[in-house]
Amino acid sequence: MIGIEHYLVVSSILFVMGVLGIFLNRKNVIIILMAIELILLAVNINLVAFSVFLGDMVGQIFAMFVLTVAAGEAAIGLAILVIYFRGRGTIAVDDVNQMKG
Amino acid sequence: MVIASGAFTILARNPVHSVLWLILAFFNAAGLMVLIGAEFIAMLLVIVYVGSVAVLFLFVVMMLDIDFAELRAGFMKNLPLGIALAAVFLAEMIFGIGAYQAGNIALGKGGLNPARMGASNIEAVGELLYTRYIFLFESAGLILLVAMVGAIVLTHRKRAGVRPQNIASQVRRRPEDATRKTQPVVGEGVEL
Repeated sequence: MIGIEHYLVVSSILFVMGVLGIFLNRKNVIIILMAIELILLAVNINLVAFSVFLGDMVGQIFAMFVLTVAAGEAAIGLAILVIYFRGRGTIAVDDVNQMKG
Repeated sequence: MVIASGAFTILARNPVHSVLWLILAFFNAAGLMVLIGAEFIAMLLVIVYVGSVAVLFLFVVMMLDIDFAELRAGFMKNLPLGIALAAVFLAEMIFGIGAYQAGNIALGKGGLNPARMGASNIEAVGELLYTRYIFLFESAGLILLVAMVGAIVLTHRKRAGVRPQNIASQVRRRPEDATRKTQPVVGEGVEL
């Protein structure tokens, strides 16, 4: 029988994968965005697992809202990425230093 | 299946293939959710992520032709530290889960907001979503609208050389602007 612990372990593995992806690909904004998507997916798995195992439907509602925010964030992030690429010709994070505060 | 989802995600850091691995990871997660009995969220995951977000990523990756080899220059340098940190973090989380004792909360059916008896998953979600969480639902719609408008505004650009139809100037134009009355002398012609 698959219990809640298995789901929690999978979601924490996914979460750590996302953090690791941000760590390893610190130059590539696209992969950083995908890693953020992975982190949000881990959060969703966690929410749904708790929702089902506690018999509480609210967790699934909130998983849906997390999904909404993730979609909006991906759209805005990619739009920013596209205009950044137009202006620079590269997407390396290292040389984002024009906006010196 | 549980391990496979994690293992595929490990590989999800190849240059362009990573998007495809991401899609596979989303499919696996959707499968997990179907197994646990949350069909609505699973279908939403497939539609929203695989259908739109992943395709958006793929589109952008293809549109921007980037030298990925250059971007991966620091990859090996960060690898040992990253792996070490990730291993420590993962071990902490898993030990935390292992040591977790559900206190007074009993796992099982019939929690705070149980699904109505005999209702399918999508019915239960709908009943809750359209009654108690209607304002959150509408604000989620608003967030999506703002994201859409923002993305369009950010990426739209005025292009030189495009000549769109200017209806006002077409309506304003009178016959006197376009034609000229002449009284040509015979044998001399008209100078245009």
